[in-house]
Amino acid sequence: MKKVVRGFYSVAYAVKLCKPNIICAYPITPQTEIVENLALMYANGELENCKYITAESEFAAASILVGASAAGARTFTATCSQGLILMSEVLFNAAGMRLPIVIVNTNRALSAPLSIWNDLQDSMALRDAGIIQVYVENNQEAHDMVPQAYKIAEDKRVRLPFMICMDGYKLTHAYEPVDLLDQNVVDSFLPPYSPEVYLTTKKPVAFGCYAPPHIYMEFRVAMQRAMERAKEIMEKVFADWAEVSGRNWGGHLEVVYPDSKNFVIAMGSIVGLLRKVVEELRNEGISVGLVKLRTFRPFPVQELRKSLENAEKIIVIDRSVSFGYEGNLSIELKSALYGMSPEVISFILGLGGRDVPKDFLKELVKNAILGKEKSGFKGFKEFEEVIP
Amino acid sequence: MKIRLNIGAISEPLQSEQFKTGDWGTEWSFVDREKCTACRVCEQFCPDGCIEVKEIEGKEVAVVDHNYCKGCGVCASVCRYGAIKMELKELFKVDVC
Repeated sequence: MKKVVRGFYSVAYAVKLCKPNIICAYPITPQTEIVENLALMYANGELENCKYITAESEFAAASILVGASAAGARTFTATCSQGLILMSEVLFNAAGMRLPIVIVNTNRALSAPLSIWNDLQDSMALRDAGIIQVYVENNQEAHDMVPQAYKIAEDKRVRLPFMICMDGYKLTHAYEPVDLLDQNVVDSFLPPYSPEVYLTTKKPVAFGCYAPPHIYMEFRVAMQRAMERAKEIMEKVFADWAEVSGRNWGGHLEVVYPDSKNFVIAMGSIVGLLRKVVEELRNEGISVGLVKLRTFRPFPVQELRKSLENAEKIIVIDRSVSFGYEGNLSIELKSALYGMSPEVISFILGLGGRDVPKDFLKELVKNAILGKEKSGFKGFKEFEEVIP
Repeated sequence: MKIRLNIGAISEPLQSEQFKTGDWGTEWSFVDREKCTACRVCEQFCPDGCIEVKEIEGKEVAVVDHNYCKGCGVCASVCRYGAIKMELKELFKVDVC
């Protein structure tokens, strides 16, 4: 059923269809409306066999979900920015305990200075947690990712938390036509969550127990192997989803114009803008393609190497930075392409919701291809540092 | 031979018994059986639950299980009868310059 809805509703509605047992969250802009809508559905009795718990902080929300997930519940939360990093201590635990909690992170800049607007700095900070990260381009993709996230995270061979990253405001608050899924489509795709081992008084167990040096390392190796298995399982789930829903979002990557000499690579909603940029540049006779990176963890190294094997120049669009080094995606990409020899130019732009107009982006990409633009921050005002 | 690894470090009850923590600390607690009144305060306070009041030679006394005692000294500090002393383990009785 196609409707014009805002991004937060497309997520909330998809979560409802996945029949979660415990939803727990703490409000934070621009995520709040996701859980607000779920709370409304809960109050209206639309969520059967579900409990909505209000928490006193994101730390508490994540902790409640760890308990709930360990007790065998299908769990959901949404957060971003300061909320996500407040959850981080718990989320590293959730990954280690191998709990398939699904989180929607509505990407927002980190403090300080305080910003409620969009960039990808928050989820990048959780890069090494052992959480699967998928970045979506539009609200239909966000909607479609929710059942897939549960299916992947809850797979016995995976059992890791799953974070769907969608750009705050740019997606969450944008009105878009979204084909809302039918309950029976989701039911046929996503079986109920029934772990073999869970917290119960009938057969008591403890999760995430103490591991001295002689056994700790093995658990971390197991997490890495689970991530590697997830890479394959995700491809299969993505393909199954294309069949069930009729919408094919590609694999870990989507490559547009694969035979190009130059490529732009990016994640999230800015990919939509880059599609237009690439079209216009091609009309000007410039050979440029686009790589939309969907899966950031596990990082699809082989897929990237294959797609970019003939690339002469790669322009990375980063919306986050590892201070003291460079844009996060650029770091990852260069590492993945080690031994290959394309020129990699990295642009860091759009931080804290800084507008990235299409013509500005087009000029940047064009000039980079023509060898007239160097890596670095783009679209900021020159300044002199003063102590007031 | 491959070891069996419980995913998510999921553990069944009483597994912690296998973790002998008695070699952690530099000191161990020892109970003076003459002074001990078996009041059970140390038994209650021991954070590792490794003190138990038992009958030995016809008298109830506190017994420290050195397989698990981490040498924290809580028992010695709560004993009202001065019956528990912390003693340096032989291993640590070395001259340090």
